[in-house]
Amino acid sequence: MSHLLEVKNLDVKFDTDEGRITAVENISLSVDQGEVLGIVGESGSGKSVTAKSIMKLNPGNTSYNEDAEIILDNENILQFTSKQDLKKIRGGKVSMIFQEPMASFAPAIKIGAQMVEQLLIHKNINKDEAKSISINMLKRVGIADAEKRFNQYAFELSGGMRQRAMIAMALSTMPKLLLADEPTTALDVTIQAQVINLIKDIIKEYQMGVIFITHDLGVIAQVADHVAVMYLGSVVEKGPVNEILKNPKHPYTKGLLQALPDINNLDAPLSPIPGNIPSPLDRPTGCVFRTRCPHHNPDGKDGKIEMKLIEVEPGHWVDQCGIQCGQNG
Amino acid sequence: MGDNLISVNNVSVNFDYQENFISKKQKIHAVNNINIKIKKGSFFGLVGESGSGKTTLGRAILGANKISSGNVIFHDDKRDYDLTNMNKQDLKEYRKKAQLIFQDPYAALSPRMTVRDIIAEPLEVMKITNSRQETDERVRDIAAKCRLNIEHLRRFPHAFSGGQRQRISIARALVSNPKFIVADESVAALDVSIQADILNLLKQLQSELNLTYLFISHDLSVVAHVCDVVAVMYLGHIVEMGPSRELFKNPKHSYTKALLSSIPSIDPEKRSEAIELKGEIPSALNPPTGCVFRTRCPKPGIDCKGGEITMGLAEVEPGHWVDQCCVL
Repeated sequence: MSHLLEVKNLDVKFDTDEGRITAVENISLSVDQGEVLGIVGESGSGKSVTAKSIMKLNPGNTSYNEDAEIILDNENILQFTSKQDLKKIRGGKVSMIFQEPMASFAPAIKIGAQMVEQLLIHKNINKDEAKSISINMLKRVGIADAEKRFNQYAFELSGGMRQRAMIAMALSTMPKLLLADEPTTALDVTIQAQVINLIKDIIKEYQMGVIFITHDLGVIAQVADHVAVMYLGSVVEKGPVNEILKNPKHPYTKGLLQALPDINNLDAPLSPIPGNIPSPLDRPTGCVFRTRCPHHNPDGKDGKIEMKLIEVEPGHWVDQCGIQCGQNG
Repeated sequence: MGDNLISVNNVSVNFDYQENFISKKQKIHAVNNINIKIKKGSFFGLVGESGSGKTTLGRAILGANKISSGNVIFHDDKRDYDLTNMNKQDLKEYRKKAQLIFQDPYAALSPRMTVRDIIAEPLEVMKITNSRQETDERVRDIAAKCRLNIEHLRRFPHAFSGGQRQRISIARALVSNPKFIVADESVAALDVSIQADILNLLKQLQSELNLTYLFISHDLSVVAHVCDVVAVMYLGHIVEMGPSRELFKNPKHSYTKALLSSIPSIDPEKRSEAIELKGEIPSALNPPTGCVFRTRCPKPGIDCKGGEITMGLAEVEPGHWVDQCCVL
């Protein structure tokens, strides 16, 4: 069966004044229809860059490797060059929800006008139809007084409401794939719970594929079917959500779980992962995690082991250096 | 007063609000009639959603917000400071003893100053040290305590990661040798792996330097881990307060229960047990009468629905206080 989205061997590099930075290296992912793929990792691990590559939204100094493929609906997005082709993807087949909804709405244009504008670009409909679709969508995401909100500006809405409006806007073009980049991070827990439930309902209703980016493993546990754990531009472990959270193999995944304060186990000490995430300018050779790994094996320490995912159980892939380290401790 | 460091007595903070110059002047009730006692050497947690008045209360205790009514007393070894009635000299003294750590380590540090200058600034402004040598000594001393290297002191903030920057902010807050620290969402902007590190550092410094913390956070699992006593705020009122273990094991107020159930569980098999609260926190411009939580309460009683029950804490177990509306 072919996947809805398939990313194969993707490298993303940025040319900067200080040199060429590897933001993402050799990533392969897939998302099926109606499935949520969660991507977790610390800031700087390349989660957002990966998502933006799918819409080719990375800035002009970006270069992709030639053998990389991002296949959506049997088309390789990386080979799109004309604006016309990209337009079909951006906001059409693929929509994105951002972390900070205040920053993603234009402040001086009414919410409704922004929703109608993108519908007119992507769908062959007139203004009145676009308006009624937008208002229905606002109602669907649980905004009371949708007609009134339609004529308001982003600053007049509260944080949770803005995020709902953002979701309504992203969904109104009926995308096949939704990229949600930390959509609940800026929200309070009670609002976060509302938004998570909303996203889950909508995925079920519209059967779209979703890539859900977050640094919060709790949120991942609640929404995702599959998880990819990223560190410094590489996927170090991926698999079904249950496997990854209950039976983690890579020392980085284990570290993330141990650093998380658990409200049901207050006696457990909080154990941070030692050290800091290295600068992408001096990315370690070999295993990227080796500079912070608490129990590295001798070969991994010197960077002699290449990064390579190995299937340890059906569907559960772990970096080969991490498997050995994981056995050590 | 013995073992209390801070007593907050019936404190309210109101802000004036005028929508435009012809409309009527209104009052925003940011903090209402708060009573708390913070024990010496304790880690006092303040939780609630945005808009609940946590930060305003924290700032009022530091003397950075005007207190509209009530008073805040800081019990020092030799004397008490009454924050509502303080002259300039006293305020200067108090500033040395009570300090603030901010949320965003990227915004809190000046990009044009070296780390050494950032940490030394309070000493110079407050004229605590007399010579450059003495200043340097204290800066190095506190930097070492906050696990910063000596070589870091010559660099500028842009060279540091979020966790390191937060350690610099902590060092700056601690350099004047304060007794009381308000940490306002100090770990909210950090990655989990670094968050754990900063929390451990705060704990360690507490015992080394005899500090008392007011820890403001929206993250209940963090608060549950580090705090001894927790107060839950909603729309300017404390709705529940008690020893943190007791409060998290046995929450009484329906708001606390809803907050606790909203924390996403790390177990993928336990999905969606959240008591979903409808809507959002109402505006502090015209809060509901009576119990402020009644507009979102999942199980409002017959009496409180109409707003007949006034806000007020009742002690349900020794040290565990709950708003009376939810006790009845």
